[in-house]
Amino acid sequence: MLDDVDRRLLRHWQSDASLSPAELAERVGITSGKAARRLARMQEIGVIEGISAVIDWAALGYAVEVSLRITLDKTQARAFDDFIEAARAVPEVTEIQTFLGRVDVRLNIIARDMPHYQDIYRRRVLTLPHIADIEALMQIAQIKDEEALPL
Amino acid sequence: MIDLDDLDRALLRALTRDATQSAGALGRRLGLSQPATWRRIRKLEMAGILNGRRLRLNAEKLGFGVTVFLGVKLATKGRVSLEDFERAVSAIPEVQRVEHILGLYDYRLRVVARDLPDFERVLRRRIMTLPGVGEVEANVLLSEERRAGPIA
Repeated sequence: MLDDVDRRLLRHWQSDASLSPAELAERVGITSGKAARRLARMQEIGVIEGISAVIDWAALGYAVEVSLRITLDKTQARAFDDFIEAARAVPEVTEIQTFLGRVDVRLNIIARDMPHYQDIYRRRVLTLPHIADIEALMQIAQIKDEEALPL
Repeated sequence: MIDLDDLDRALLRALTRDATQSAGALGRRLGLSQPATWRRIRKLEMAGILNGRRLRLNAEKLGFGVTVFLGVKLATKGRVSLEDFERAVSAIPEVQRVEHILGLYDYRLRVVARDLPDFERVLRRRIMTLPGVGEVEANVLLSEERRAGPIA
């Protein structure tokens, strides 16, 4: 499906998403017309989903980031659906993941400071439906976060 | 720190969906002139709020069918340097995210692999051999949703 040149294009674009198609073409050593056609094709088949701006929440005053690992009461048939639907309504939730393992759902929550986090936790998190257990992991530092694929 | 108004928030939402939109196109949608839109984007960049761009790739279509979150505890705290562990774990290509955390574990890793046998190989050969690594808990990702966060 993809050849070496495609993968090289993706590798370079992954490491610097601000590169223009012409700059990418130059790094990979093909003409910009060829690069544009390859990128368009990879967009078409859904390999490339898009380019997002990255928001630095700390710069916006959100200094606290907590990972909440939640076990749900699985005797409730709609536990996952109800829980996720309610979690979507909490603005400070930035990620919702479901898992196979000891943890059922993980919420990533950001807050301005500890009192703000306490407030979100008590008023918005503990009131979510079907929670059996919660563990909180507080982030101290982000060591690696580019989320690149090993192409 | 700057205070955002509704237009700033709308700009941030639009740019996290697609960062390649021109100031002109964004402005037209928000009822702003092109120079006014450009000034706002510049202001958000200068404040560090807009912090670069990220290419979104479809992992599954590229052959990466498995994502696992690992909780890692260091076995020999004090004896192994955190820097050594962090440097070694960050150098593993399959490790996409490394977070130093406080709680049940010391580090949280996001690991991507082609399939479960490939994940097992990464876990045994690369993660379990890291300096100081102790107890490891794995949870296999089933679904994931990124939310806009408190700019909606």
